[in-house]
Amino acid sequence: MNWRRMWAIVVKELRQLRRDRMSLGMIIGIPLLQLVLFGYAINTDVRGIAAGIADEANTSASRALVMDMLATEVVAPVATADTPQQLMAMIRRGEISVGIVIPPDFERRRHDGRPVAQVLVDGSDTAVQAAAAQLARVPVDSATPDMRAPLRSTPPTGAISVVGFYNPERRSAVSIVPGLIGVILTMTMVLFTGIAIVRERERGNMELLIATPLTSTELMIGKVLPYIAIGLVQVSVILAVGLWLFQVPVRGGLLDVFVVAGLLIVANLALGLMISTRARSQFQAMQMTLFVFLPSILLSGFMFPFAGMPKVAQWLAEVLPLTHFVRLIRGVMLRGAGLREMWPEALALSIFIVLMMAAAILRFRKRLD
Amino acid sequence: MNAAAAEVASTRGAIRARGLRKVFGKLVAVDHVDLDVPSGQVYGFLGPNGSGKTTTIRMLCGLLTPSAGEVEVLGLRIPQQAEALRSRIGYMTQKFSLFDDLSVLENLEFIAAIQGIPRGQTGARVDELIARYGFGDRRNQLAGTMSGGWKQRLALACAVIHEPELLFLDEPTSAVDPESRREFWENLFELADAGATILVSTHLMDEAERCHRLAVLDRGRLVADGTPAELTGALAGRTLVIETDEPRRVRGTLQSLSGVLSVVQVGNTLRVLMQEAADAGRTEQRIDHALGQAGHRAQVSAVPPNLEDVFVVATRGGADERTRAA
Repeated sequence: MNWRRMWAIVVKELRQLRRDRMSLGMIIGIPLLQLVLFGYAINTDVRGIAAGIADEANTSASRALVMDMLATEVVAPVATADTPQQLMAMIRRGEISVGIVIPPDFERRRHDGRPVAQVLVDGSDTAVQAAAAQLARVPVDSATPDMRAPLRSTPPTGAISVVGFYNPERRSAVSIVPGLIGVILTMTMVLFTGIAIVRERERGNMELLIATPLTSTELMIGKVLPYIAIGLVQVSVILAVGLWLFQVPVRGGLLDVFVVAGLLIVANLALGLMISTRARSQFQAMQMTLFVFLPSILLSGFMFPFAGMPKVAQWLAEVLPLTHFVRLIRGVMLRGAGLREMWPEALALSIFIVLMMAAAILRFRKRLD
Repeated sequence: MNAAAAEVASTRGAIRARGLRKVFGKLVAVDHVDLDVPSGQVYGFLGPNGSGKTTTIRMLCGLLTPSAGEVEVLGLRIPQQAEALRSRIGYMTQKFSLFDDLSVLENLEFIAAIQGIPRGQTGARVDELIARYGFGDRRNQLAGTMSGGWKQRLALACAVIHEPELLFLDEPTSAVDPESRREFWENLFELADAGATILVSTHLMDEAERCHRLAVLDRGRLVADGTPAELTGALAGRTLVIETDEPRRVRGTLQSLSGVLSVVQVGNTLRVLMQEAADAGRTEQRIDHALGQAGHRAQVSAVPPNLEDVFVVATRGGADERTRAA
C-alpha cells in the first residue's frame, strides 16, 4: 500500500468530479428532489408487529384481553416484561415496536370504567403507529359505553389507550426523513463507484493504469475516499432541509448520526465497486445498481414495515445495508438511542463493508483477460 | 538473422519470446511467435489491422496471459513476474488513455505519482517534460480538447515520465498528421539514444523503414523479421516497374502470367512483384517478351525493392513463402 499512489487517485477523482457538472448536480439535486417527493408518505395496514407484553394484573380477565389483542394478528408477541419501563427500553433498542401494558389495578379499573390497558407504540414508524391503533378497538368485557380509544395524549376515556412515543403527532415526514437519508445514499453512492471502474475501462484509461505499479487496493480505496466526503455532504443537506421543512428531530447524538451514515456510505461504495468489477459497460452497471436499489427501497423497512413481510423477504432484507441503516437511524434520530445500544446493526453493516471491499479488491485483476 | 546476432540478442536482448500464442475462443490471435528484441533499439511491428500486434504487445507487458509460449522481458518471466516489470516499462496504448477531463499538468502529475516518483522530484520532472515536449502554454489545457498530435505527445510524455528501460508504443501515430509523426519519431530516436529499448507497432511503411529492426506480422504469425535492409535485400531482382500508356490492359495481361505475385498501379506505371525464381536475372527480359507478344507497348525496368514489397511477399506470398518464413 503506497499512500502517495492512493492519494493520487483521490485527487484525480475529485478533479474529474469538479468538471463533471451532471454528477455535481446529482449530489445536491437528488436529495432535495427526493426529500420533497417523499415528504408526503404512504401509510399501510400491517400485521405481525413485534410486541412485548407486561401483564402486571395477571388475572383471568387480563389474560383474556391480551389474547383478544393478539387474536387481531396486528401484533405478534416476542417478549414479556414485568414493568412498562422494561417495555420502553425494548422499544428504544428496537427489539419491539409495540408494548402492551396491563396495570396491576386492572380489575378495579374495569369496574370503574377507566382505561384498563395501555398500548405503547414506537412512533418512529408511522405505519406501525397506525396499525397499533387497531388494538384499541379490541372490546373489553365491561360496561364502558365508548369502546374506541382516542389516540395518544387526549384524556383516556376508552378502555384501551394508545400512547405513541417519539412521534406523537404521527407526522410521516418524521419517520420518512431518517430512512430517506439511507435511500438517497443508496441511490447515489452505489452509482458513483458502480460506474467508476467500468467508465475507466470504457474510456481506455484502465489499460494504462493496470500497466503501472498501481495496486488494486490503492485503486479501490482511492476511489472510495472522495465519495465518503461527498456522501457526508449529502447527509448534512438532508438533515438541514429535513429540520427546516419538516422539523425532523435529531434526538440522539449528531456524531452518531454521521457515524451511522458513514457506515452506510462505505457499505454502498463497496457494493458499487463490486458491481463495477463485474459490469462490462456503464449501462450494465446502472442496471445492476437498479437491481440492488429496488429491493432496498421495498424491503428495508423504509416504505413498508419489516414485520409485514414474508419470511423470505425478511431474510433477503437482512443482507441489504439499507435495512440495518433504517433501523439504526430511526433509533438514533427519533428514539434517541445510542450507537452502543444498537451495536448488532452497526456490526452487520461493518461485516457487509469488509466482505464487499475484499471481494471487489480480489475480483479486480490487473489483466485484460 | 545470423548466429552471432542471435547470440547477442539472447544474452543482451530486452525481449525474448518463444512459441508465443494467444487464443480468444476459436480465434487464434497470435500463433507461435518467436521474437528477439535487442536492447537500445527501435524495433518495429509491421502488420495490418488484426494481425496480432496489439495482442502481442499486451502479452509482452503482462496485461494478457499467453495461451502458450514463454516470454522473458528485461530478464523477468512474464506473466509471473509482471508486477516487477511494471515500474520498468512505459506503455502507450493505441487509443488515447489519459484523462480527457484533466489538464496536461494534472495528467502528468497523476502519472508521476502513480509511477512512484517522489513528491519532491515530481515538480522538476514534470516541468522538464513540459519544456521538452513544448507544452509551455498548454499546461492548463484539458487533454480532451487537444488535437491528435498533442494528445499523442502527452501520452508519450506520460509513458516516459519514470524513465523506463523499455517502451511499448501501440500504433502511436494512427491519429496524427505527417508533421507531428516526423517530430514524434525524432523523439523516439532521442529516447533510444538515451538507452531505452522501444517496441513500436505500425501499419505505415515509412515508419517501419525507420526502425532499426522489424518484425512483419500477418494473421497472428510472424512472417518475416530483420533489419529493413535485410528484408528488402532478400527480394533483390524481384521488383519491376513497367511504364505504359495502357496500364489497365497491361495489368490484366500481367496478372495472367505465371510468377507474377502482385501488380500495383501508380499513375501510369505498374509496380510488379515477382515470385522467387531460379533465374532471377532474366525476369526483366521474360516479362518484356511476354508483354511484346501480347501486343502491348511497355518499358520494363528493374527497381530496388521496398518494405511494401516485403510486406506483400510476407503476407500474400503463397504457401511456399509462408512455410519458409515460419
